[in-house]
Amino acid sequence: MATVYIDGNRHDADAKQNMLHVSLSLGYDLPFFCWHPAMGSIGACRQCAVKQFKDEKDTKGRLVMACLTPALEDTRISIADQEAQEFRAAIIEGLMLHHPHDCPVCDEGGECHLQDMTYLTGHAYRRYRFQKRTYRNQFLGPFVNHEMNRCIQCYRCVRFYRGYAGEHDLNSFSIHHTVYFGRHEDGILESEFSGNLAEVCPTGVFTDRTLGQHYTRKWDQTYAPSICHSCGVGCNISPGQRDGIVRRILNRYNHEVNGYFICDRGRFSYEYVNSPERIRAPLVRRGDEREVIEKDEAVKIFAEMLGSGEDVIGIGSPRASLEANFALRALVGADRFFSGFSTGEQRLIELMLSIMQTVHVPSLREVEACDAVLILGEDVTNVAARMALALRQSARREPQKKALAARVPLWDDLGVRQVTGDAIGPVFIAFPCATRLDDVAEATYRGRPDQIAQFGYAVAAAIHSGAPPANTDASAQALVKRIAEALRTAERPLVVSGATLRNEAIIGAAANIVYALEREGRSAGLAFTMPEANTCGLGLMRARALEEALESRVQYGTVVILENDLYRRATAAIVDEFLARAGNVVVLDQVNTRTAARANLVLPVASFAESAGTLVNFESRAQRFFPVLPPSDVQESWRWITDVATRRGEFGSWNSLDDVTAAVEQEMPIFRGITAAAPPSSYRIAGEKIPRQPHRYSGRTATLVNISIHEPPPPDDPDSPLAYSMEGYTYKAPASALPFLWAPGWNSARALLKFQEEINGPLRGGPVGIRLIRGDRRGAPEFFSGAPEPVNAPERRWLAVPIYHLFGSDELTHWAPAISSLAPQPYVAVNERAGFRDGAPVAFQSDGATQTAVIKIRSEIPDGVAAVPAGLRETETLRLPAWISIEAI
Amino acid sequence: MEKPLTGRMRSDGEPVDLQEYERAGGYQAIQKALGRMTPKQVQEEVQRSNLRGRGGAGFGTGLKWSFVPIGPDAPRPKYVVCNADEMEPGTFKDRLLMERDPHQLIEGIILTSYAVEAEVAYLFLRGEYTLAEDTLARAISDAYRAGYWGRNIAGTGYNLDLYLHTSAGRYICGEETALLNALEGKRANPRAKPPFPPVVGLWGKPTVINNVETLCNVPHIIRNGADWFRALSRSPDGGTKLFGASGRVKRPGIWELPMGVTIREVIEEPAGGMQDGYALRGLQPGGASTDFLTTEHLDVALDFNSIAKVGSRLGTGTMIILDDRTCPVGMTLNLTHFFAQESCGWCTPCWAGLSWCEQILAAIEKGNGRSEDLGHLEFQTRFFGLGNTFCALAPGAAEPIQSALKYFRQDFQKHIDEKRCPWKG
Repeated sequence: MATVYIDGNRHDADAKQNMLHVSLSLGYDLPFFCWHPAMGSIGACRQCAVKQFKDEKDTKGRLVMACLTPALEDTRISIADQEAQEFRAAIIEGLMLHHPHDCPVCDEGGECHLQDMTYLTGHAYRRYRFQKRTYRNQFLGPFVNHEMNRCIQCYRCVRFYRGYAGEHDLNSFSIHHTVYFGRHEDGILESEFSGNLAEVCPTGVFTDRTLGQHYTRKWDQTYAPSICHSCGVGCNISPGQRDGIVRRILNRYNHEVNGYFICDRGRFSYEYVNSPERIRAPLVRRGDEREVIEKDEAVKIFAEMLGSGEDVIGIGSPRASLEANFALRALVGADRFFSGFSTGEQRLIELMLSIMQTVHVPSLREVEACDAVLILGEDVTNVAARMALALRQSARREPQKKALAARVPLWDDLGVRQVTGDAIGPVFIAFPCATRLDDVAEATYRGRPDQIAQFGYAVAAAIHSGAPPANTDASAQALVKRIAEALRTAERPLVVSGATLRNEAIIGAAANIVYALEREGRSAGLAFTMPEANTCGLGLMRARALEEALESRVQYGTVVILENDLYRRATAAIVDEFLARAGNVVVLDQVNTRTAARANLVLPVASFAESAGTLVNFESRAQRFFPVLPPSDVQESWRWITDVATRRGEFGSWNSLDDVTAAVEQEMPIFRGITAAAPPSSYRIAGEKIPRQPHRYSGRTATLVNISIHEPPPPDDPDSPLAYSMEGYTYKAPASALPFLWAPGWNSARALLKFQEEINGPLRGGPVGIRLIRGDRRGAPEFFSGAPEPVNAPERRWLAVPIYHLFGSDELTHWAPAISSLAPQPYVAVNERAGFRDGAPVAFQSDGATQTAVIKIRSEIPDGVAAVPAGLRETETLRLPAWISIEAI
Repeated sequence: MEKPLTGRMRSDGEPVDLQEYERAGGYQAIQKALGRMTPKQVQEEVQRSNLRGRGGAGFGTGLKWSFVPIGPDAPRPKYVVCNADEMEPGTFKDRLLMERDPHQLIEGIILTSYAVEAEVAYLFLRGEYTLAEDTLARAISDAYRAGYWGRNIAGTGYNLDLYLHTSAGRYICGEETALLNALEGKRANPRAKPPFPPVVGLWGKPTVINNVETLCNVPHIIRNGADWFRALSRSPDGGTKLFGASGRVKRPGIWELPMGVTIREVIEEPAGGMQDGYALRGLQPGGASTDFLTTEHLDVALDFNSIAKVGSRLGTGTMIILDDRTCPVGMTLNLTHFFAQESCGWCTPCWAGLSWCEQILAAIEKGNGRSEDLGHLEFQTRFFGLGNTFCALAPGAAEPIQSALKYFRQDFQKHIDEKRCPWKG
């Protein structure tokens, strides 16, 4: 702590910070551009100039950049100083020389940091009378639009894209007042985080291209606090909608989870909500036809199909909320509730969850702080992209210690990078093929899943002699030692693993490494990726495995399938047989999946944008999401189930989400605390609900006037403390129920700093999410026994392992045009020694089914391994890993 | 008068070769320093000589070296970089030294490397200096064969690698930290300071960056001693200096003269005075980025402090002369065009301010000036002046503009009033 003075006011400040950070944290309005809270200071824009005084007696002072001025004891600055104000006005004037002033036609208008800062500095009159410079814009792919004329050369885009996200195909070109930020040629941006450019850019150079297709101003959208449903990380998001069309997704800051950034799958996944493939009305099968029916009739038919309930089973879903899964479980009974995980997956997930009880599972904020990482058998970027972005920051921790030793503060981004160069910390990756994090890995290990497991066990044994030994090939021994040493000597070692390779021994090995570290007295973290939005939550329900139902041969009367396409969970032959066996199939889902197409009754289910519920992320953080679209016939699964239960006279007291959430908590102790994940629907600020619409929302009285001249009342929302209204207060809203950010004078996403306790700190207004597993059973858990001996590949057979694709493997984003346009075509990747030509069409056999694909040669893949993309649209699901044969066709 | 820097140069314009250089006492300083002096002693000798950096800023050379961590615990490798990216308009002194006596520079680099215990030295040469490149490449290779650099130099166990690197060609690469970025293959933006290069330099390691002329002085200081070096000078700054004059003097050129000669002495003696029919109107004493001085300053001594006292800088010591038949507005525009073009685009005052100034000056020169333009130009020069920018480029660019407005204001006003350039008929 240091005592600093700002405009004569005495403040306590964090001495490890700079004066811009300190001033903003204290609520001063000091303009800035190039500084970013997650990326630090570079001193380029000179917008945060203030007057600094040597001591009390100094009245002259000198101009300094607040972002480059350390908050040392007795630092004295003035923001209000006349000369500083004039300088800042001149900076804005300079930045605006060539800016096109096209705010009315710019997608950033109304949420533009440049607009805000221009107002803040008072620059209003244009003196520049010469020609502005202009540029040619580039096509950058389906996510991001490019309009370089608006650029003010703050360098934030390239600093994020290259320095933070580690991708290289965006750069700064040319010099003086014509620095160009773009690619070397037109083309799709290669980073999985490119959409963040729209939020990182202080003006409209990089904007959300999907928003542009159905553009609405920030102030004209309705927002809700939501949780991304695209993977198990649980990033907080704010979807915006108008006229029933979801327009875009904005990052919603949660300092423990996503911070300032989300991945492109998360940001652009919303497009499926607007898809024509959505099921919008109940459908009943009559003969070969499916008929649209009324909601009441659908509930009646559903009730009839349930009959006495004796031979009814329910299949849950890792992409549905806790409440939805729990409602189904309550409807059919715990012993007739099956999880809906893929074949072989449940065992792994339960194993991971049980290990999580015995270790510390770090949040992403903690992941970023780790200084040595082993990623064992996981392709983090494609399974949990936001975690990969956090790991990329971990790779900088060890080198940053050198900067600190050279007395360069960590906020001094240029200075730190001068010391560290391109150095990376000890990050190690063991995976069968190259991953998108390999560039920050000190070393990688390639092997079959069983070899990776052995490798992991060997690392554990090298850390602590009590851990079971393993047989790793001699060539890997040196690397094993290196990794063990790096983890053992780190301050915050971390192991990351997951279920991608469907290998139990890998998960056991990951646990053993952490246990070994703990026995050596090191405090280590263990993070497992979770493939779907509620994998962790459903896993904690300890339902029966889906395989049991699929392979039971029992004649079920009615099968109720919750938000789950079984054809993605098991092979088509098994699912076909299962569905044919069932008397009635009731599917509750959002889109018309292959399973839904086979159902006798389909109930249209709300997407994340239309529903409220609770999800549990990879770290067991329960987080609530709320609807952004008003109620319609498309309703939450739990509400359909409640409707049918009510009709049958069951669970009488469930009237709103709060009732269901409370029931979950009451019924299943593991979920204790989830009601506190967000305020209840009864929550009010000054007697009002929290408005979903900004106070400048236009057209309230006009948009429906063609239907009725009477202004309709805002739709009721019994499930949340939020209103479909512009009336009320967001400023003091609890963090977990904050739909959008706006503060006086701060119209852009940077308004966030008015909602944080301090820059980079938590949001004011309570916790965001409740951790369910707290690692209380830490201590000295038993080591997992060693991995099974590696198997030798049969002649001309390959072990097919699933490879996830951020764009392509996720089910619902198949219906999101921008994302699905980037999905790969089916392929089989092998090394060149397999004897195939790159691009050659092949057929491969697995589980008796034949599939076709093209060969992709990836020389890093080990002999005897074939990488097969998982979950692509219109491809058959394989039971992987499996030995396959590949034939040229 | 002793001319240690240029005395050996051949009259036929060919470079001094290794044998000639050795015959004239060349490379003896290496024998002396590496054999009999510790690195610290070399540093102390240079510090005592009061050699000030000849790149333009005049920072004490020995003092700069003393910031480099020395000893067994120092980070390794350490680097010495010779800044030979001479690109300031009107400055062509390093070119002479490199084209005509390359071994003097190489010896200076080796001695400097020894003084800071550097393992690797880079010679960062302006890309357009192709003749110097050829000359240096040959001399570097000759010196290597003679054992002056490489493994176990002069049998002392000291090792040094020396690389010649030619710049891709931007003025900003001469800014010492932008130079480091360029050398690392990165965009040539200047770096944050602190940390300073002697502590965190090339590839994050301690690095000394010295100008060509600075380094060329080092062998003579070591060979002849600091006292001898100081005695060469007429001012507290030690040594001789290359002074130059360009513009309408009778004999434009470069001459080695004692530090502290007056402006008048340079213009009248070696430069031969103004060409017939031309009168001296003003001059920039040390290259394009120094403030104009006028006839009233002709008796000011050319050393760092004396020039600073009258509101300009010694800079590179190469004068640009403005005569009475050349438009000062046009000259200022020409200079500003250069600096605006060479702004790296990093900090706003520089890239926005300089391009705007250039456009205003162009408008005035074309007769499209407005009365408020002069006040605005003055404001801009303060706006991107010292302390407000990321590096020294824009503050340097401000100097000719601000001083032209001071000394030639009536010429600017005349352009605006007459809506034309009075020099263009």
